[in-house]
Amino acid sequence: MEKKKELQVAALENGTAIDHIPADQLFKVVSLLEIEHLKTRVTIGYNLDSKKMGKKGIIKISDKFFEQDEINRISLIAPTVNLNIIRDYEVVEKKQVSLPDEMCGIVKCNNPKCITNNEPMQTRFQVIDKENVTLKCHYCEVKIKKEDIELK
Amino acid sequence: MNKKSLVSIADYSKEDILRLIGIAEKFEKNPNRRLLEGKVCATLFFEPSTRTRLSFETAVNRLGGRIIGFSDASTTSSSKGETLKDTIMMVSNYADLIIMRHYLEGAACYASEVTNVPIINAGDGANQHPSQTMLDIYSIFKTQGRLENLEITMVGDLKYGRTVHSLITGMSHFNPVFHFVAPEELKIPDLYKNFCDKKGIKYYEYTDFSDEVINRSDIIYMTRVQRERFTDLMEYEKVKNVYILRNNMLSGSKDNLRILHPLPRVNEIAYDVDCNPKAYYIEQARNGVFARQAIICDVLGIEVK
Ligand SMILES: [Zn+2]
Repeated sequence: MEKKKELQVAALENGTAIDHIPADQLFKVVSLLEIEHLKTRVTIGYNLDSKKMGKKGIIKISDKFFEQDEINRISLIAPTVNLNIIRDYEVVEKKQVSLPDEMCGIVKCNNPKCITNNEPMQTRFQVIDKENVTLKCHYCEVKIKKEDIELK
Repeated sequence: MNKKSLVSIADYSKEDILRLIGIAEKFEKNPNRRLLEGKVCATLFFEPSTRTRLSFETAVNRLGGRIIGFSDASTTSSSKGETLKDTIMMVSNYADLIIMRHYLEGAACYASEVTNVPIINAGDGANQHPSQTMLDIYSIFKTQGRLENLEITMVGDLKYGRTVHSLITGMSHFNPVFHFVAPEELKIPDLYKNFCDKKGIKYYEYTDFSDEVINRSDIIYMTRVQRERFTDLMEYEKVKNVYILRNNMLSGSKDNLRILHPLPRVNEIAYDVDCNPKAYYIEQARNGVFARQAIICDVLGIEVK
């Protein structure tokens, strides 16, 4: 007889559950999705056990349904997350994140002589290679490889 | 970016480049045309560059326009901490056109996003300098009578040389063969080789500046090998005299060969080359005024008859 699995995080009536967040990226995800500004109920699970990942993070947000643009902001740091859209305690839709064609205000340009590092302005990058994750600064045209990407 | 601005040579299609060459030719025949009568052009040089500024200001003057601006940022409010955006918006109240040079990369692109006044990029750090590329291409066209199917040899600092990178982009429309001659430390970045591969452009790389490559060339584009670019000064000492062009190296070259250099030169072209009719770098600078007259009229939508 299988032992009943302990619920790791309380159930959600309506909202979004973001699962399979790499544990070390959890708080960056919170900040990129601006979850600290929400007024609805949020449950954050940190260092939870995961068969697939070892340790993972979960975020459950009541009454919040993200636009694809919004959730794509986390695609650089947490490409493997699952979003479960929940209505009346049931998962009604699953979403994955994908790299957008352009990223505004998320990544820092690593060229110190770039205008974006010297003016109060938003950064803007074109994703020129989605497979290997290579970005190109819209302003100074510097190309940044995945391992050199720094968030703002 | 507002539609009219010129920020990068990549903004120009093949047709744009050919159209601008056509306009530059008209200005060469008759440079004094009062097409900017009643217009005010701002030359904002956040970084000094006397050569480029004089060339642009000559172009505006020959077109009958008026000039406001500064030639050194230390005399402006940006040295008091004003943002580039504020400076550009302030000048936009006064001028019909802004020609700007800046030490930061991406400055002209950003400027073109904060104003509706057309911007001409006269150099943004190590990034772009499209009017230099247009004058290089115009010089190639004038000396060869065509742009298609030329063998173009680029010599010296191919790693950091922005004029080289832009010329590769600009000439990529015309089926060239590139010969890249550079020391190991300053060879052409993979990025530009990949660009050539994608466009189906043939290129060859050499560390030797040999007769073989000189004798194949229609154009030799010389650049300076700067000491400060080397991490290993021993390496610099080894190569510093390898990339100098001397008159006796040209004895077997093609009749139509012309030698270009974005100037200023230091020692990479020996003075005995100057008397050779194949030396073109001084006239090349003169072409800059015609190319810039063409660019100015183009961004302002002024028809040149
Ligand atoms: Zn940048």
